[in-house]
Amino acid sequence: MEDAGFIIGSYLLTFGVVALFSWRVVRHGRKLADRVPDDEKYWA
Amino acid sequence: MTTFDPTGTESVPVTSAPAPHDSYRVGTGTRATRVLGLFTIVSMGWLVVFGLGFSPADRDQDEAVRILYVHVPTIWLAYLAFVVTAIASALYLFPKAHSLGWDRLAGASAEIGVAFVAVTLVVGALWGRLTWGVFWQWDARLTLTALLFVSYIGYLAVRRLGGTHEQRARRSAVLGLLIVLEIPLLHFSVKLWRSLHQGSTLTDPSGDVKMDGLMLFSLFVGVIAFTLLYVWLVLHRTRAMAMEDLLDDRQLDSALEARRAEARIDAAPESAPEPAPEVGTEDR
Amino acid sequence: MSVWKITWLIALKDLRIERRSRVITDQVLPFAGVTMLIFAFALDADSVLERVAPGLIWLATMFSLLVLVQRAFSIETDDGALDAMRVAGVDARAIYLGKSLSLAVQLLVLEVILLGAAIVLYAQTVPLDGVVLLVVTLLTATCGLASVGTLYGGLAAGIRGRETLLPLLTLPAVAPVLIGATRAVEAALGTAGAVVSDGWPWVGLLAVFAVAFGVGGTLAFGPLIDE
Repeated sequence: MEDAGFIIGSYLLTFGVVALFSWRVVRHGRKLADRVPDDEKYWA
Repeated sequence: MTTFDPTGTESVPVTSAPAPHDSYRVGTGTRATRVLGLFTIVSMGWLVVFGLGFSPADRDQDEAVRILYVHVPTIWLAYLAFVVTAIASALYLFPKAHSLGWDRLAGASAEIGVAFVAVTLVVGALWGRLTWGVFWQWDARLTLTALLFVSYIGYLAVRRLGGTHEQRARRSAVLGLLIVLEIPLLHFSVKLWRSLHQGSTLTDPSGDVKMDGLMLFSLFVGVIAFTLLYVWLVLHRTRAMAMEDLLDDRQLDSALEARRAEARIDAAPESAPEPAPEVGTEDR
Repeated sequence: MSVWKITWLIALKDLRIERRSRVITDQVLPFAGVTMLIFAFALDADSVLERVAPGLIWLATMFSLLVLVQRAFSIETDDGALDAMRVAGVDARAIYLGKSLSLAVQLLVLEVILLGAAIVLYAQTVPLDGVVLLVVTLLTATCGLASVGTLYGGLAAGIRGRETLLPLLTLPAVAPVLIGATRAVEAALGTAGAVVSDGWPWVGLLAVFAVAFGVGGTLAFGPLIDE
């Protein structure tokens, strides 16, 4: 069932990258946010 | 105004402000992004359910068609991201205001775009292996996607050249618009080139699947899910970049201030405390 | 002075610098010749070389373009000449057009020599009915390459790391020229059964490219170098 391997692999890769990228973006944002006062954050 | 420490080390607040940590609580998330994130996760779930479950196998490709339900959305996201980069570049460059917010949006969007083009290329290779028997083909679409990937890597490299934020913004904005000009040129030249090589029926490079009903719906779900994801990502990343720029500026300011303080200490013991004019050192 | 007069002066300046320093004739042309040689080392069979000769000509041109552009802008930035010109009020469009013109001239000379090398080394022949196509291809492709090269050269000028940035930016950007010029030259030379009429659509593509980047470059150069 080589097909299934590729298909599952594609989904894992795609969602894996999505999760990883999202996590890194948010984490990086949090680390920066600890060093910037809230009144400088235009979205807050 | 509350003082804060751009270098991230301990510092003593010089005003009677509240304790530093009380006013540093907010991250890049807001209520809007949390709601958006929730919708994104839910629609991703739907995508998996439909893509791997409900949707039927294809007449020609069998189960391999399921890869398309993630493959197409990722390249869609990339195209969306690059278009936004181009528009944001224009919105930075042309109005007199030259608002850096647009530049940051352009940069954040391009980063996301590059990441998802890479995913597209890899997943596409897996799909190609199943349907064509090969990981890569020099057909118009693949070649163009590969060129797009490299072009925007170049764009990201230009953003990291250094200098002031305005310099970065101007260089990237011009480049962002030039790349957009490139894309139709690349598209036509590659398409014209590879159309000469059509003819192999075994490995049909167009790979267009005749989709109907449930298959189209699954694809649609994927596109929606990834569009929501894009908006969520670009909001977070743009806000983070705003903070990066802010911290950059503050580091520069505090470095200048430290130099001035040194000069004052040096000047004081020698003569009456009359600070030497240091205006000249500020101009850069 | 009109923009065109200044363009002409700047182009002449660059060519005069080259005539006196001979950097291109001493270094770049031999470099291009060497690449033509080492292609043969890599692509072992004569039949393969003959078949891909048009592509090799343009590959060698692309690599040489990178070196030429680096050179064109290092003469400006070494003594701050570019900034001096701008401060003196020279129109950025004229600088762009002038440097493109000089780069185009240098490229044309290079391409003719590479064509000659291909005739000798890769057993190419130029049929009579292909000459017009060949000449037009060289001209349009060169205009496109010069436009892109000058633009990206300006972008990278004076920045640390430009030597590595320039190839990364330029090669994807000139991909259409590589595709179109190779196909057109194949048609002109009759490579692998191509006929001359096959080549003219590609010349059309090259022309569109040259115009698009010529206009785009003229507009973009000013903002790029005014930092």
